Amino acid sequence: MIFEYAPAPESRSVVTLRESYGLFIDGEFTPAESGEHLTSLNPADETKLAQVAVAGPADVDRAVAAARRAHDTVWSRMSGAERGKYLFRIARIIQERSRELAVLESLDNGKPIKETRDVDLPLVAAHFFYYAGWADKLAHAGLGPAPRSLGVAAQVIPWNFPLLMLAWKIAPALATGNTVVLKPAETTPLTALVFAEICQEADLPPGVVNILTGEGGTGRTLVEHPDVDKVAFTGSTEVGRQIARAVAGTDKRLTLELGGKGANIVYDDAAIDQAVEGIVSGIFFNQGHVCCAGSRLLVQESIVDELMPRLKERVAKLRLGDPLDKNTDIGAINSAAQLERIRDLVDSGEAEGAERWSPACDLPENGYWFAPTIFTGVGQAHRVAREEIFGPVLSVLTFRTPEEAVGKANNTPYGLSAGVWTEKGSRMLWTAERLRAGVVWSNTFNKFDPTSPFGGYKESGYGREGGRHGLEAYVG
Amino acid sequence: MAERRGGKKADKADKADKGGAAQAARTPAVPARLAVRKTYKLYLGGAFPRSESGRSYAVTSTDGTHLANAALASRKDARDAVAAARKAFSGWSGRTAYNRGQILYRVAEVLEGRRDQFVARAASAQGLTRVRAEEVVSAAIDRWVYYAGWTDKVAQVLGGANPVSGPYYNHSAPEPTGVVVVFAPQNAPLLGLTSVVAPVIATGNTAVVVSSEAAPLAAVDLAEVLATSDLPGGVVNLLTGRVPELGPHLAAHADVNALDLTGTGEDATAFEEAAAQTLTRVLRRGPDADGGEEAWLDPDPGTSRMTPFLETKTVWHPIGV
Repeated sequence: MIFEYAPAPESRSVVTLRESYGLFIDGEFTPAESGEHLTSLNPADETKLAQVAVAGPADVDRAVAAARRAHDTVWSRMSGAERGKYLFRIARIIQERSRELAVLESLDNGKPIKETRDVDLPLVAAHFFYYAGWADKLAHAGLGPAPRSLGVAAQVIPWNFPLLMLAWKIAPALATGNTVVLKPAETTPLTALVFAEICQEADLPPGVVNILTGEGGTGRTLVEHPDVDKVAFTGSTEVGRQIARAVAGTDKRLTLELGGKGANIVYDDAAIDQAVEGIVSGIFFNQGHVCCAGSRLLVQESIVDELMPRLKERVAKLRLGDPLDKNTDIGAINSAAQLERIRDLVDSGEAEGAERWSPACDLPENGYWFAPTIFTGVGQAHRVAREEIFGPVLSVLTFRTPEEAVGKANNTPYGLSAGVWTEKGSRMLWTAERLRAGVVWSNTFNKFDPTSPFGGYKESGYGREGGRHGLEAYVG
Repeated sequence: MAERRGGKKADKADKADKGGAAQAARTPAVPARLAVRKTYKLYLGGAFPRSESGRSYAVTSTDGTHLANAALASRKDARDAVAAARKAFSGWSGRTAYNRGQILYRVAEVLEGRRDQFVARAASAQGLTRVRAEEVVSAAIDRWVYYAGWTDKVAQVLGGANPVSGPYYNHSAPEPTGVVVVFAPQNAPLLGLTSVVAPVIATGNTAVVVSSEAAPLAAVDLAEVLATSDLPGGVVNLLTGRVPELGPHLAAHADVNALDLTGTGEDATAFEEAAAQTLTRVLRRGPDADGGEEAWLDPDPGTSRMTPFLETKTVWHPIGV
């Protein structure tokens, strides 16, 4: 017997959007000098949400100067305990306004409210809470007896977890006495602007946090600005390379959190039901817009016939649709450009001979949508096995021996995440030891915590965010 | 070598003293015994080959005396070195930290046994006083002991348990990044070289080392020490030659995980740019880069030359019954 779900939409009324937003520089919202702006859309229905300013070189100059002034006169001179109290205060305001932020994030990004409400926002607040406590304990962090702030941090973040990536960048930078100029992604600037309001509400000294909205050019100008001491970027490997090249020969410190092509290894002795849940959350969480997604499923050959039907059965039960509906599992693809990229790669998968499968799935008429998709019969040379798709698309490969599993898992220029499913502890540890990846989830997937360092090997970037390790990038 | 050079200098002194140099040169004395000279070669994959290019270059002391011909490594040698380092990586990083510590300590033991050779080399090739040469060689020996002790401590210092808010076991530990190209300091051929190579291999990385161009002989002597200290072949691969020739290929090599730019001088920025293509980790030139052996005398350099070549791996597992 099948029960239909009634719609269960979260109310939009907690969000009050302004028609247009300026840049947040030196504690005030201010228009871009060029007067240029862009429009942020709701990817679920392509309606306009708000206009935001596009920061140009003059605005970047102003923001960096404000951050420098705030660093030299106030923030780096303040005691760690007082800095920490500002961060605690911010964490509390985020908790208080978390429903508003969750709804706005779902509107701007397209991800389900279930995730923004239960994953993004709790992690955002926890991240500020965690680093707040470090501010007066830096001498105990194993980074020297008196770690010093670097100065002005230029931070550029992606659209997949807009506010969470902001938290990952701003919280450790502020705790260590740096000031920041942060550029949110072009398609998801709105929660960062509400965060700017929160900084005002917390009476954070002007210039400590500056938010510059804009496009790729804004980010490039920011990271190349000569008065920036530290660059932190999360995004594509291609842009990461450009940034690494741009900072070469300067004194700027750099951390990069880039792409991934995570392998999720399922051994023949795995708990199948749990593995199926882990595979699903590994690739379909956040529409697969996750750099650490388990986008390559490696299944031991002897259990393929048992696992695949159960996986497909489970995927067929995923509910795709209105991101604000509390029952929605898969929301909208963030942008038309991203949807195009996913389609291109999926077409290549078919053209190269892999077998494509999706459940029967009605897609809404407006907005950007892509049905959950599984490729079987995938070879290691196929584009869908090599390139980051950043969408709800799983490529399934098989293996016979643990050595083969590890060999295939590591056969990628990326090295961000991996998963291992086995009930045998020694096999799990053997595998985890050999995987060249910064995060290994064993018998779980896509778990995050402020205390847990996150970051990649190889072309997935360098540096770690989270935990004590996350402080290292911000002190000299 | 030192004896041979000593003899040569004595000849010069004789010529200067007697004044009748021309006549002495025409009637050479029969030597009591002819010294056996050493051929200075590369150290690749545990063997000592010549450069595949067949090239060599003349090495002189700081006062211009010819010391020996060193192999002039080529691009192909550099590629072979990376391949040898990659081949050795899984074995070396898979050794227990205790075992790596034993081997690094063994390097110190063997080096101590050859200290007279290294002191004489430092005095003749670098023009150091005997006292200074003794100091530099002692510090180099002690540096191996220092990093031998770090091998099984660094994971505890840098890693640990992460108290996540949920029923998960979660820990982070450092792991070696892989193949590291070390451009050794140009004017610190023994202590400086040791100070940049030992921390790289202590944590399980394998290394391709480009020695000082002008003073490569101590590096080759050190390679002989490494070859006789149970260090597996390929863990350290030594290229003697020119940074501007070898560096661009090594910096851009896709199978290199990290660069130490200490000895790169003006090429540092170009190499860092080339490294960006595959997100190769880069340790920039520090204030000690051109400071000579004296810049490396601090007996406790800490973890700063190990951490740039380590990755942090975080492992999660649920807790439950």
